[in-house]
Amino acid sequence: MEIKILEGKCKELRGTVLKMINKASSGHPGGSLSMMEIIIALYYQKMRINPENPYDNSRDRFVLSKGHAAPALYAVLADKGYFSKDILDTFRAFNSPLQGHPDKKKLKGVDASTGSLGQGVSIATGMALGAKILNNDVKVYTVLGDGELQEGQVWEAAMAAAHYKLDNLTVIIDNNRLQIDGSTEEVMDVGNIASKYKAFGFEVIEVEDGNDIREILEALDVEVKGKPKCIIAHTIKGKGVSFMENQVGWHGKALNDEELKMALDELGWEG
Amino acid sequence: MSKLVATRVAFGEALAKLGEVNDKVVALNADLSGATMTNIFEKKFPGRFFNAGIAEANMTGMAVGLSEMGFIPFVSTFAIFGTGRAYEQVRNSIGYPHSNVKLAMSHSGINLGEDGGSHQAIEDIALMRVIPGMTIICPSDFIETYKAVFAAASFDGPVYIRLARMPSPVLKDMPFEIGKGNVLKDGDDLVIFTCGLMVHKALNVAERLKEDNISVAVVNLHTIKPIDKNIIKKYANNCKAIVTLEEHSVIGGLGDAVAEVLIKYGSHPIKKLGIQDKFGQSGKPEELFRHYRLDEDSILEDIKGFINSKCDRKE
Repeated sequence: MEIKILEGKCKELRGTVLKMINKASSGHPGGSLSMMEIIIALYYQKMRINPENPYDNSRDRFVLSKGHAAPALYAVLADKGYFSKDILDTFRAFNSPLQGHPDKKKLKGVDASTGSLGQGVSIATGMALGAKILNNDVKVYTVLGDGELQEGQVWEAAMAAAHYKLDNLTVIIDNNRLQIDGSTEEVMDVGNIASKYKAFGFEVIEVEDGNDIREILEALDVEVKGKPKCIIAHTIKGKGVSFMENQVGWHGKALNDEELKMALDELGWEG
Repeated sequence: MSKLVATRVAFGEALAKLGEVNDKVVALNADLSGATMTNIFEKKFPGRFFNAGIAEANMTGMAVGLSEMGFIPFVSTFAIFGTGRAYEQVRNSIGYPHSNVKLAMSHSGINLGEDGGSHQAIEDIALMRVIPGMTIICPSDFIETYKAVFAAASFDGPVYIRLARMPSPVLKDMPFEIGKGNVLKDGDDLVIFTCGLMVHKALNVAERLKEDNISVAVVNLHTIKPIDKNIIKKYANNCKAIVTLEEHSVIGGLGDAVAEVLIKYGSHPIKKLGIQDKFGQSGKPEELFRHYRLDEDSILEDIKGFINSKCDRKE
């Protein structure tokens, strides 16, 4: 797919995300916007998916370990046709399959129920291990927040992924440098993420501008043999909406109608 | 009751056998493959055995990932770590999506002995019971454990199997069906609902109570969730008093599961025997059973005391 089209998709689905959160009056806009290029690159270019048969065994798997960025996943899945776009405005509402955090039992296309930080990456590691025993070419992708790296389980999973030489696993860090209580550096500094993953035995690729879809695609295309891959994408929280960018306050706050209008205007949405 | 075998041994042998007939079965362990007896499976099927190292949280999640790829993972470690340390992983990664993962945890209860209270899980049943959709089995002996392992593998959804370290008597072979209790002895004065290593003690105590002309029924509730409501109601109505007996805290375990069934059917006097809201400690299993009043003499005494004080027993 042409880069321009992918970039247009990012803009469009940023708007979808913000509308969902506005309608729900709750949700996590900042981290949904920061990972938009990552998830678009995966679902529109890189992953082998089959929306008509969401349980196709040969599909690549995606685990949103930072489950609070569910709006980004839902916007993509709806756009890909896993379910009707009509239900996007039921996000977080009673009886909606679009739960506050992804629930695989309720929504087609969700490969793992996540939301409790640190757990998704272990599930992804197990999936990659399963694909290895089955000797198939299924690839597993998981996206973590940089705040999530404070969970000890993330490093247990890193140890196991390298130990079992899971070169079919790609761990992507959405490194937007902010978490609920402040900057990740201030709250609990994880230190040098790249050297940590290298020390655990990963091939590490740093993406200087994680909101440039070309750079993300290049990093995803790097072939690695015999060890798992970690892509550290340096992103901007709230990317695409000037008043939200790099603002910690937009981690888990909904936009009011006026803010939504301003944001959609900026993203070039009409009506 | 001559032969003594631990339920963890039965599990290890059953799992290895299961591996032969079902190539989807895989095993995960957290550096306790000898203690949990999963090393038998490991030797036979090295490509389907995964040591997660001393990292229970990740082991739990990896099992979920393997189940998503179509495998039937059996996860094993000590009960205290598998259900305690990794509780929230079990709750959110296994329970919430109803993953097809089997938790077969050994070294539960005080019979673990010398390792002491830090390692003796007395709350694992309670922790697993509050997870919606979790099936809980606490087998009483070698044969029942063997059958439980096979039943769990054919069952779709999460199952917790509670295993013990200490060798225990091999009992009479009975039919095994998840969710269906077994009547091991009939009686009408008193019923003992029990599970696990307490089953054989209940049978012995029931024999001894004959001398006092007390007719005791013994019901083995190997499945604690879903509990066999019918058998509980039936024996509660037929017997004048109810005792529950378990090697677990009296809070949240088998006793509470039985009481929950009966709470809406009027006044049934119930005595819950088990660990009375205390931690375990080091010692020989028999010393610990005596201290926590789960040896046969103490059980007998407590049942007699209950009958005399609470129960209006007609002579």
